[in-house]
Amino acid sequence: MFNASISPNDILFMLRGAGVTLLLTFWAVLGGTLLGVAFGLLRATAPGWPSYALGTLLDVFRSVPLLIQLILATAFAPIAGLDWQPFTVACLVLAVYASAYCTEIVRGSILAVPLSTRRAARSLGLTWWDDLTVIVFPIALRVGLPSWMNLALGLMKDSALVLWLGIIELLRSSQIVVTRTQEPLLVLMIAGTIYFLISFPIARLGTWFETRWQVHD
Amino acid sequence: MLAGCIVTIEVAVLSIIIGIAFGVLLALARMGRKDVWSWVANAWIEVARNTPALFQIYLAYFGLGSLGLHISSFLALLAGITFNNAGYLAETFRGGLRAIPGTQIRAARSLGMTAGQGFRLVVLPQLIRVVYYPITNQMILAVLMTALGLTVGLDSDLAGVTQRFNVLTYRTFEYFSVAAVLYYLVAKILLAAARLLAFRLFRY
Amino acid sequence: MIEIEDVHKSFGLLEVIKGVTMNVARGEVVSVIGGSGSGKSTLLMCVNGLEPINSGRILVDGTVVHARETDLNKLRTKIGIVFQQWNAFPHLTVLENVMLAPRKVLGKSRQDAEAVAVERLTHVGLADKLKVYPSKLSGGQQQRMAIARALAMSPDYMLLDEVTSALDPQLVGEVLDTLRLLSSEGMTMIVVTHEIRFARDVSNRVAFFHQGRIHEIGPPEQVIGSPRQPETMAFLKSVL
Ligand SMILES: Nc1ncnc2c1ncn2[C@@H]1O[C@H](COP(=O)(O)OP(=O)(O)O)[C@@H](O)[C@H]1O
Ligand SMILES: [Mg+2]
Repeated sequence: MFNASISPNDILFMLRGAGVTLLLTFWAVLGGTLLGVAFGLLRATAPGWPSYALGTLLDVFRSVPLLIQLILATAFAPIAGLDWQPFTVACLVLAVYASAYCTEIVRGSILAVPLSTRRAARSLGLTWWDDLTVIVFPIALRVGLPSWMNLALGLMKDSALVLWLGIIELLRSSQIVVTRTQEPLLVLMIAGTIYFLISFPIARLGTWFETRWQVHD
Repeated sequence: MLAGCIVTIEVAVLSIIIGIAFGVLLALARMGRKDVWSWVANAWIEVARNTPALFQIYLAYFGLGSLGLHISSFLALLAGITFNNAGYLAETFRGGLRAIPGTQIRAARSLGMTAGQGFRLVVLPQLIRVVYYPITNQMILAVLMTALGLTVGLDSDLAGVTQRFNVLTYRTFEYFSVAAVLYYLVAKILLAAARLLAFRLFRY
Repeated sequence: MIEIEDVHKSFGLLEVIKGVTMNVARGEVVSVIGGSGSGKSTLLMCVNGLEPINSGRILVDGTVVHARETDLNKLRTKIGIVFQQWNAFPHLTVLENVMLAPRKVLGKSRQDAEAVAVERLTHVGLADKLKVYPSKLSGGQQQRMAIARALAMSPDYMLLDEVTSALDPQLVGEVLDTLRLLSSEGMTMIVVTHEIRFARDVSNRVAFFHQGRIHEIGPPEQVIGSPRQPETMAFLKSVL
């Protein structure tokens, strides 16, 4: 058996894959957050059936495997006559998927602000909008930020699934290197280390925020 | 495809049950004395939480393979998801144990209970209550993770069966739409079952 | 002047206020006493429009509180309200807590708002806590901050809802002293309280609430000193 060792080029190739992973994560987090904040606001401040319907719809994205969503979207794009790159499809699916989780984070954080605090704000004559922007948002941000960071990390990890669409992100790139070198364990170790190096510091930062702000309030 | 659903539920439920067992051990090891076990627990938990689930499944399938330990794609999927579940649940248990104030056990001791009784009769029931919701959450995630079996060539679970049909007919959108609906139903049914059980368990 | 005219208020099917009529003149201090759940808090929230009412009328300086055309935010600047739970804004320092409404609602400049805030905080004895976050304050200090926050709007009326109930006994005194100071300065106040001695010493009139109605109202020496109604006697006995 010929045992080609891993070359610097292979590592570079995998790092480029990691770049794709980060890029996917960036778009997913950006799109998911924008949508999630809008939806979450709606869910938290406008009760009634539209909010309920939106909640049910978004729940679907949290109850169907992401891989299935990716496959469906890829199959659907040509049917709808859209000539999209796999990367675009992947970003869109990930963003919508992210928004489903982000909506609940935003909603939960807003609802976590005690009603009595909001009452106090209104009793001082603050308008509904002032109450929302000056009191509710800053408090909700502290509540929600750790979950939001977890979501971002989750997306980074979930983005590995887009390898099914043939996008060469970190995990797919390591698979390719495995095929060449026949060293699955070593290559996967390297890939795992890269994931870990991205994720672990941010996860720790999230925990840090959580504890720091709890003491603060 | 319904048979695929059964396999999917099987993997999800098994991975949760084994994951709970390992999760408890990991939590205890991590909270206990600093020895080699606490180190292993730390490593397990951090890897499980900081790398993709798909990566963990790959590690079980391809990685173990290179050590001469060839396992079926079913086992690899089960092992990967269980590994993942255990890592997340361990942190849930750790948080749950910390959320129950030490005064509880002191109160139990002051009533003449032994430490064991205090844990079993006072701490454990509260702990189960605290961690129940996160466990059901993790179970739904496990259901979703089973679809990853596709990437290691598993063809007996819901995603796998769907893919088999798909390869034969190339009617991707139709088949995977059905699969999506079935996954949704599986998730909702399991959740409803968990709620029902909670209703019976937590009457107080 | 606050005029409450035959006000009824329900939460769903539960009628909480069953026809309350009461006037509070400028400079007057009215204490409201009564058992828990008798509707005291609800009445205060109706007075500044935080809760709608089902029938009757509330007028503040001739403005009908629940009229459609009433600008509630403007009205509320006239009426300070402080709750049992002080509801500090946790993300703002003590000074910022007090400055917030004057800036946002009255449109004051930063300097003006700060000047007023510092003055009010000094008034309630918190001059040395300006840059501190509320979590670092004791309950009594937080409650005094909440009072300063309401005072910073220069209100004509203050509604105080059991402001000492959630405090440790040794902290009650400092808050009551603050209220005494306010009343001596001629502030018009409705004070819901369980501190019977305070009610007797400070108020011009005392109203005893029972099951959504004013059961007895009059000068403190009458309502507290020699109550006529058996329910009033029973209540006083239970809290003294
Ligand atoms: N937002 C609300 N929704 C429904 N019921 C309420 C609400 N607020 C108060 N109540 C009910 O109204 C009654 C009077 O409450 P409250 O005014 O707080 O009494 P008090 O302040 O005298 O203790 C109580 O029975 C309480 O349960
Ligand atoms: Mg009350």
